Amino acid sequence: MGDIVGGLVFLVFALLTVFSAFMVVSSKNIIHSALFLALSFVGVASLYVLMDADFLAAVQILVYGGAVAIMVVFGVMLTLRAGKVQESNPDSRNAVFGAIAALLTFVTFALVLFSNENWRVLADQSGMPSTVGDISWLLLTKFMVPFEVAAVLLTIAMIGAIILAKGVEDSK
Amino acid sequence: MSFNLSVGLPHYLLVAAMLFCFGLYGVFSKKNAIAVLMSLELMLNAVNINLVAFNRFLFNKPIDVQGVKHYLLAGHVSAIFVIVVAAAEVAVGLALVITMYRNRLSTNVDELDWLKW
Repeated sequence: MGDIVGGLVFLVFALLTVFSAFMVVSSKNIIHSALFLALSFVGVASLYVLMDADFLAAVQILVYGGAVAIMVVFGVMLTLRAGKVQESNPDSRNAVFGAIAALLTFVTFALVLFSNENWRVLADQSGMPSTVGDISWLLLTKFMVPFEVAAVLLTIAMIGAIILAKGVEDSK
Repeated sequence: MSFNLSVGLPHYLLVAAMLFCFGLYGVFSKKNAIAVLMSLELMLNAVNINLVAFNRFLFNKPIDVQGVKHYLLAGHVSAIFVIVVAAAEVAVGLALVITMYRNRLSTNVDELDWLKW
């Protein structure tokens, strides 16, 4: 019974995620694309919850569902020209080749995935209790230097984005 | 008649592969630079799902470090770093798109041929 409920919940959220990802790339209105992107991020967060990754699910909703989605919507609004919202997300002339390449990549992935015996692992009952403590343990011991580098990278990216978007004024 | 409905590692990897391939299609076939950025975000999310799924299904036994039980969550930590880099990437990418729009009044990546003459 627990298997059936777990499978159904996974199916619902996986379908939500994949469907909204499909709408992101197939919608002709880029505002719809941006909103479906936010829905897809929330779907991925629910998949994290199903995989016992509670901290990552919270981070996913905060960073992706909150910050990145809003930033993308702002970017769309700032670069949209009036009067052609319905056709604001057209395909380029390479769309057919892109579709073929993506399809072949997916077939390759699926073949590898279903032919690998070592990956046929089903979920066990003994889930992780809470991941925050062990994530912080790794971040502050083994991954301390990458952690600091990530902080520096975020600062530099923020300054760079402000300078790029605002433009440098002439000093007199 | 009984179906095995329990969810395992291949199911999560398949969802991630679908997300990745939709992102790949979007990167190749969209004209609007912001749509390309959105597709990139989809691909990064797929990678994150893979990292967390492998951590959940293949490394889910606690190890003993100086008498304290710890789960080895290297996949989660890698996913956090991917999220950090993705946030930096989308900030710089959107700033570039806004600069491009200011200079050319267009966000069409097919028109980005200033290095060609």
